[in-house]
Amino acid sequence: MKIAVAGGKGGTGKTLVATNIFYVLMEEGQQVELIDCDAEEPNDTLFFKGEIMHHNDVLLKVPEIDTSLCVFCGKCKEYCNYNAILMIGFSNYIKVIEELCHGCGACTAACSYGAIREIDRLIGEVNQYRISQHALLTEARMRVGVYSPVNTVKAALKLNPEPYMQIIDAPPGTSCPFIHSVVHADYVILVTEPTPFGLSDLKQTVETLKGMNKRYGVIINRVDVPNNEMTDYLKKENIPLLAEIPFDRRIAEVYAKGGLCAQQIPAYKHQFKNIVHFINQEICK
Amino acid sequence: MQIAVISGKGGTGKSSISAALASLSKSIVLVDCDVDASNLYLLFNPTHEEEYSFVGGEKAVIDYSLCTHCGLCMEYCRFDAIVNEQGKIKIEEVFCDGCYLCSRICPERAIAMCEENESRYYAGSFRNGKMVYGRLAPGEENTGLLVNKVREKAKAMAKHYHIATILLDGPPGIGCPVMSTITGVDKLLLVTEPSLSGIHDMERMLEVAKHFNIETQVIINKYDLHPELSEQIAQKANAWNATVIALIPYEPLFIKAMIQQQSIIEYAPDIASAHILKQVYDRLLLK
Repeated sequence: MKIAVAGGKGGTGKTLVATNIFYVLMEEGQQVELIDCDAEEPNDTLFFKGEIMHHNDVLLKVPEIDTSLCVFCGKCKEYCNYNAILMIGFSNYIKVIEELCHGCGACTAACSYGAIREIDRLIGEVNQYRISQHALLTEARMRVGVYSPVNTVKAALKLNPEPYMQIIDAPPGTSCPFIHSVVHADYVILVTEPTPFGLSDLKQTVETLKGMNKRYGVIINRVDVPNNEMTDYLKKENIPLLAEIPFDRRIAEVYAKGGLCAQQIPAYKHQFKNIVHFINQEICK
Repeated sequence: MQIAVISGKGGTGKSSISAALASLSKSIVLVDCDVDASNLYLLFNPTHEEEYSFVGGEKAVIDYSLCTHCGLCMEYCRFDAIVNEQGKIKIEEVFCDGCYLCSRICPERAIAMCEENESRYYAGSFRNGKMVYGRLAPGEENTGLLVNKVREKAKAMAKHYHIATILLDGPPGIGCPVMSTITGVDKLLLVTEPSLSGIHDMERMLEVAKHFNIETQVIINKYDLHPELSEQIAQKANAWNATVIALIPYEPLFIKAMIQQQSIIEYAPDIASAHILKQVYDRLLLK
């Protein structure tokens, strides 16, 4: 089973939920893998210590043009849909802008003169740690300066072939990095906060998930007073409310120092266990 | 002058701080660059004087009256977006990157590219000037390109209305939409918070800022939640040649202001945080 934790808006508590659910499952002795798919800003390794099991470089095939074979016909530039090939024909100048290249291979297919060969560009890394006998933490970490985390996310998601239960910590937003993180999930937990910003981004995420035929439920984090607008929306859309995590300064303090509230505050251990239990029931429905 | 507000980590208070700075100005172009989770329009309720459609990308579509299911496109596709389902070639739309290669190499010319054009961007007025913001349609792509469009529009408006300052509220992360937000700006304002995640994410963002060689100032929001970690942030920022210019205490009124569709300056102009932000405004935007 794969459970993704997402939410649209940044900083609503995705990592808080993902790390604590992972912790309670690990405590129960389940075979479980936490995958940090926020490759731009991965944080899950701040919360767990473990021995490194795998370190894989994530590489992208980008073109290298041999100007002694190139006839400057411009076909590769025409085939490239990402403006990653710069050519000034009359002065026999051609250059690949690696940062813009998506590694699609169109230029290679276009060239009839054998002037293009492909070289590996390092765009990220995937590290896997053993946290306990049955628990793994896999981290997608995009290299700083790279445009897209998508390939690094995909590499992290397919590292472990074993049938572990997976908890996927998804990145904020609703665009490609988010979509690739949740696409194989059986269930998506949406973590939001009871503010107008939280609600607006939640709606956008729900609309995206509807198009993907996903099952999902919502956790409202940092609840201090009841927020009718949020609960009315959930009722109207028939979205299950998985839990409300209260506004509690202790949670923020434990989290800030890289701790787990399910480990340090007993009440939250029960709450996270209940969330997992609830999702299990939802999925079996 | 163009100033971008960024953070690395999400939820540190970028939009609330951008809104406060915008409220302090008499005339500003405010730009929401967080196009897949735009929020500033909720506070300022701008007019929609202009609306534009944005073509974020294209997706491959197979014409089955021509397809012979030879599978050549599947061999060429590097995004695992074409699959063979019991002899039938199919496009997995979510994975299609819109590179066009399948359409070009298909011997039967059976694959066409179809535009995704549901995303929009808007330009209009709000109470402190002009505002531009984008809204990426669910599931659509190319956030970086939409940020570029939004910024072009903002520049044109600044020129047309003789407005000197463009304030860009950026997305979280350090990837493509962030880079599109900070390319060519004069200053960066990085909003962080005292947690290990906040520090880690700030450092990655500062590394990006260094690549771009942009002067960066740091605000530590909610600094009093962990004064020791705030101290660490100041040291790390210094090591990257960035200066901490303001410490904002934890302030529940920011959320109350948001619910009232106001910035903190409009909602509670006399509290400490409002005064601190006024100083930030004088230091960064008045010059």
